Amino acid sequence: MLAYFGAQQDQREFTARSSVIVNTSPEEAFRFWRNFENFPLFMHHLDSVTNTSERRSRWIALGPMGTRIAWEAEIVNERQNEEIQWRSLPGSDIQLDGQVRFSPAIGGRGTVIKVYSHLVPPAGLLGRAVASIFGKDPEFMMRQDLRRLKALMETGEIPTIEGQTHGPRSMKVAAIRMMDPDNPVRMRDANIKDVLTAERRIA
Amino acid sequence: MKAVCWMGVEKMSVENVPDPQILNPRDAIVRITSTCICGSDLHLYDGFMPTMEQGDIMGHEFMGEIVEVGPGINRDKLKVGDRVVVPFTIACGNCFFCKEQLWSCCDNSNPNYWIAEQMMGYSPSGLFGYTHMMGGYSGGQAQFARVPFADVGPLKIPDGVPDEKVVFLSDIFPTGYMAAENCNIRRGDTIAIWGCGPVGQFAIRSCFMLGAERVIALDHVPERLEMAQQGGAEVLNFDEVDDVLTTLKEMTGNIGPDACIDAVGMEADGHGLPYVYDRAKQMMRISMDRPGVLRHAIMACRKGGTVSVPGVYAGFIDKVPFGQYMNKAITMKTGQTHMMRYMKPLLDRVQRGEIDPSFVISHRVPITQGPEMYKIFRDKQDRCTKVVLDPWASGAAAA
Repeated sequence: MLAYFGAQQDQREFTARSSVIVNTSPEEAFRFWRNFENFPLFMHHLDSVTNTSERRSRWIALGPMGTRIAWEAEIVNERQNEEIQWRSLPGSDIQLDGQVRFSPAIGGRGTVIKVYSHLVPPAGLLGRAVASIFGKDPEFMMRQDLRRLKALMETGEIPTIEGQTHGPRSMKVAAIRMMDPDNPVRMRDANIKDVLTAERRIA
Repeated sequence: MKAVCWMGVEKMSVENVPDPQILNPRDAIVRITSTCICGSDLHLYDGFMPTMEQGDIMGHEFMGEIVEVGPGINRDKLKVGDRVVVPFTIACGNCFFCKEQLWSCCDNSNPNYWIAEQMMGYSPSGLFGYTHMMGGYSGGQAQFARVPFADVGPLKIPDGVPDEKVVFLSDIFPTGYMAAENCNIRRGDTIAIWGCGPVGQFAIRSCFMLGAERVIALDHVPERLEMAQQGGAEVLNFDEVDDVLTTLKEMTGNIGPDACIDAVGMEADGHGLPYVYDRAKQMMRISMDRPGVLRHAIMACRKGGTVSVPGVYAGFIDKVPFGQYMNKAITMKTGQTHMMRYMKPLLDRVQRGEIDPSFVISHRVPITQGPEMYKIFRDKQDRCTKVVLDPWASGAAAA
């Protein structure tokens, strides 16, 4: 039964498209995106990205239960202030390619950022881990990432209530917060505390 | 610190919770000196707004002293020791909407924007202590609060102006004022206002400030009608007339009020079959709102007039006289208040002595009495119109 479930997931591919309008210039947006080391600032499922050369970078994603999944990617095409395309290197654990386009929004309202991403997870356990990150709703996760990018570029920070003070949560609320797919383990210290201190009753 | 927490429908309690901390560079921490219960908090108390969670800290009308600022705050704008009123809407100051002065539509202040998007298509700004759909920010019925984007919202208050004269700049005074401004008042206009709660009271006074000749205020709570009368309004107790619409017609020479303000919102009281129908639907959670006042406002408004809606609604409403709205060429204006537009000009009015907003206060109590005040305020017992909580008082002396 488990094997069947695994086999099903192994065959899946994930595609996501989304866009956002940011109150900044295409030049500024391009410059920010071109440095892939900025990605973990707004992509919550990434632990780190390290530039290894002008065009290559090493990515580490957060998996379930604190696992890490790593791969190398390279920029395969770019047009200054307009477009960047990247792809995982052959032989990587996961196969990934992505593209971002920047265009001036009409009416002087900033820059439209359009992103496309396509991912093929590997077979087996690792594949299931990857699927658990991206599989829930890849488009929703990309939209979340882009909203965070927008907030970061426009205001210098990402709005959050993570870690704020509050009264006693119920078990139900604490459990729901733990399972938030957009909020991987690293971010969850506060929520774990919630679970431990939750009142043993259902609200 | 002590904080009033939402623990379930009609269950508020004062809990000891950890003090708030700076979480983002542009945050500040305020030591709260005065905080209030708003009529819109009653929608949460009654459980009619979705996405509250047990343990949420209530409150969005508060002021106090800055005790800590994040590293991203420009010290020329805000520093430790400043006395500030905090607006209930949270705005980043940098997005398209903030630049357009549509502060309550800020694109960046609601971390749970996607929940609001599912309900409304697009998300309004984050709010303090007002559901997770609106950001889930811990509120200000507490001894301290964390204020995000603190270099945008909080308004500095000079020493010497007492809390009670300025604390309502956090919501109800600007909200009543925007409701009046939305009426597009011209000299000689007649405005009808449904709901003589605090927002209605400020709307009455704001209509006169903006040049209205006549304000007709509707309610059925005697002390609120008295207060409306003191503000210069003619009052209409809807319990005492057969038909509100006919009465308004007679009062305006068969033309109707130039503008109508719905300062009631989703939990309107009323009479007759439509009221029973709305109430039943809301109790069964088929509908989130009881839109009786909105229907009346549209029906009563003169041709080509304006309906202004500061009252809070949550979702879909039915039996709205839309054909009447269309054929009478009515304009409708609404929205959460664009606070930062109004706070400074209204502070100036307070300082010039044009208005003393403290007239609306009926109860000053320690925060420990907060939970019971919700019930008293909701049931309009004890001539309750507005409750101000003192977060630091000990003892239980009521004003």
